[in-house]
Amino acid sequence: MKRIFKNKLTLLFLFLGILILLFILVPLIKMVAASDLGVLWDTFKDEQVRDSIWLTIKTALIATVIGLILGVPLAYILARHNFPGKRIVEGVVDLPIVVPHTAAGIALLFVFGRKFFMGQAFEPLGIEFVGAEPGIVVAMLFVSVPFLVDSAKEGFKFVDPRLEKVARTLGASPFQTFTRISLPLARRSILAGSVMMWARGLSEFGAVIILAYHPMIAPILTYERFESYGLEYSRPVAVLLILIALVVFITLRTIIYRGEKS
Amino acid sequence: MIEIKNLTVDLGDFVLKDASLQIQKSEYFIILGPTGAGKTVLLETIVGLYPAKSGQVWLNGQEITHLEPEKRGIAFVYQDHVLFPHLSVWDNITFGLKRRKKPKAEIRETANWIIDLLKISHLTKRKPDTLSGGEKQKVALARALVIRPKVLLLDEPLSALDPETKETVQRELRRIHNQLGLTIVHVTHDFEEAVSMGDRIAVVGEGRVVQIGTPQEVFRQPNSEFVARFAMARNITIADIQDGEDGRAFAYVGDTKLEVLTEMRGKHRLSLRPEDILVSTEPFQSSARNSFKGPITHILDKGSILYLTIDVPPELVCLVTRRSYDEMNLNKGGEVHVTFKASAVHVF
Repeated sequence: MKRIFKNKLTLLFLFLGILILLFILVPLIKMVAASDLGVLWDTFKDEQVRDSIWLTIKTALIATVIGLILGVPLAYILARHNFPGKRIVEGVVDLPIVVPHTAAGIALLFVFGRKFFMGQAFEPLGIEFVGAEPGIVVAMLFVSVPFLVDSAKEGFKFVDPRLEKVARTLGASPFQTFTRISLPLARRSILAGSVMMWARGLSEFGAVIILAYHPMIAPILTYERFESYGLEYSRPVAVLLILIALVVFITLRTIIYRGEKS
Repeated sequence: MIEIKNLTVDLGDFVLKDASLQIQKSEYFIILGPTGAGKTVLLETIVGLYPAKSGQVWLNGQEITHLEPEKRGIAFVYQDHVLFPHLSVWDNITFGLKRRKKPKAEIRETANWIIDLLKISHLTKRKPDTLSGGEKQKVALARALVIRPKVLLLDEPLSALDPETKETVQRELRRIHNQLGLTIVHVTHDFEEAVSMGDRIAVVGEGRVVQIGTPQEVFRQPNSEFVARFAMARNITIADIQDGEDGRAFAYVGDTKLEVLTEMRGKHRLSLRPEDILVSTEPFQSSARNSFKGPITHILDKGSILYLTIDVPPELVCLVTRRSYDEMNLNKGGEVHVTFKASAVHVF
C-alpha cells in the first residue's frame, strides 16, 4: 500500500478516480440519507408503488430470460465462427447501446404497434404490446440484450475449442458438447451478463414510456410523481427503487464472485 | 485397419497434400516430422475434426471421410491433455460412457477397469488443475481408452513431460499397447522417440508424407534429403549394456565396446550426435576412452559442413567443417581416428 503513494502519477490517478467515485456515490447517498424512514415505509405500503416495483422486477426478468434463449446461441456463434459480415453482426448487436432510447421506443412502435406486423401477428394470441406488459418486456429486451450477448461471447471465447473437440471424439453430439462443456465453462460470464442485462432492464425509462406508459414501471412512476407532485413525493419511490436494485445487484455479484474463487 | 487415400486438407495458411497411409491393426504407428509439418492436422482429419478437401479415410473397410467424430470410435489425446476443467477426474473419465447412455453399473465397472489399468484410483475425486503433468496425461489416456476406441491417436504425448515422467509414460504406453492390442497412431517431432516406440514410421514434412517404413528402413535408407536430415542427425544403434570395472558401464555393439554413463543394463538403444564426435588423422592422446579408427565409407558434402560415415564398426556418422576436412586432406577409403566422450552417448 505504501508503495502506491511514492509514485506521483499513481497519486494523480487516484485523485481523479476518487472524484468520479464521489460523483457516483454522493447523489445516491445524499438522497437515501435524507429520506425519513417513516415516509419510506408509508411509500412502501402504497399499493401503486409496490405494484410498480414488482412489475419492473418481473418484466426485466422476463426480458432477461428471452435474452438468454435468443442471445446465448448468437453469442456462441460469434465466439466460435468467422464468417463474412461478422463485424457487421457484432455492430448490430451493440446498436441498441448507441440508439437514443426514446428513438428506440418509437422504432419498436413501428413493429409492435397494433397496426404493424408483430402487433398483428400476436393479436390472435391475445398478446398486445402497446400499453401492456409485453410492450415493457420488448422495450427492456431491446435496450439491454447487448450486455448479455457481449458478456456471453467473451465467456465462450475463453473456452478452449479443443475441449469441445475432445468431447466430440469421446462420443458427445454437438448439442451435448454445448450443454456439457461450453455452457458450464462459460456460465460465469453468462450469469454476469444476465445480471447486467436485468439491471439495465430495471432502469429503462425512455423506450418503455413510448410503448407502455401504463401499466407503470417504477422509473415511470417516479417520473410521474415528480411531474405531478414535485420532488418530495418522487424521492421515496426513487430511494426504494435504488435500494432494491442495490440489494439484488450486490447479492448477485457476491454469488458470481464466490463462484470465481472456488 | 486405417487407410488414408490421397488425403488433402486445406486450412488456408497450411495445406496437407495427397497423403496416403495404411495402418495395420494393433500397430504402433508413428507420424514423425518437424513442428508445423501438419502432423496434428493429419490426426484431426483422421478423427473427423477437420474436413478433408479431397481423398478418403477408411476404417475397418468402411469409408468414414464424412462421418461425424462422435460416430467414429477413434479417441484422440492432445499434447497438453485438455482435461475438462470443471469436472472431477472421475467425471472426466466417465464422460464418454455417459454420452453413450450406458447403464450406471456398466459405467462404474468400465471406468474402474481403466482406472486400475492406469493405477490412478487415488486421483478420481481431484480436479484437473490439481494434477501433475504425468497424472494429467494418465487421466487423459484413461478418458480416451474407457470408450474402447478402435484406434487411439496421440498428439505429442511425451513432449510436455519432464524426462523422468516421460520415461514412465513411455513405458505405460508400451504396456497398454501390448496389453490391449490397441492400434495407436502417435505423432512426434522426436526421432529417438519415434525409433524407440514405433513399429513403423511415417515421416511427414512440408505438408506431405515423405517416407513410410520400419525404424530401421527410415533410418538406414532415407529416401530423400528431408528424411536424411532428420535421420542422419543422429547415430542410433542397439547395444548390450553391461557392468564394467569400478562401477562403469560398457555398451557392446558387435565386438566394439563403448563406455557410457547410465544406470540401465541390458539391450537398449544408443544415440550419438555427429557433431559430438572428433575426427583426426592422428591417434588421440587424450584420456577419452571411446577412441576408434576406421575407413571413411561415405562422404556427404553439404558445403560448409560434411558428414563422414566411418566404419568402426558400427558405422558412425561424424560431422566435420569444410575447413578441417580440407586441412586433414580426407578422402573416401582413408583411415581416420574418431573419439567421443562417454557422456555424449545417449542411452534410451
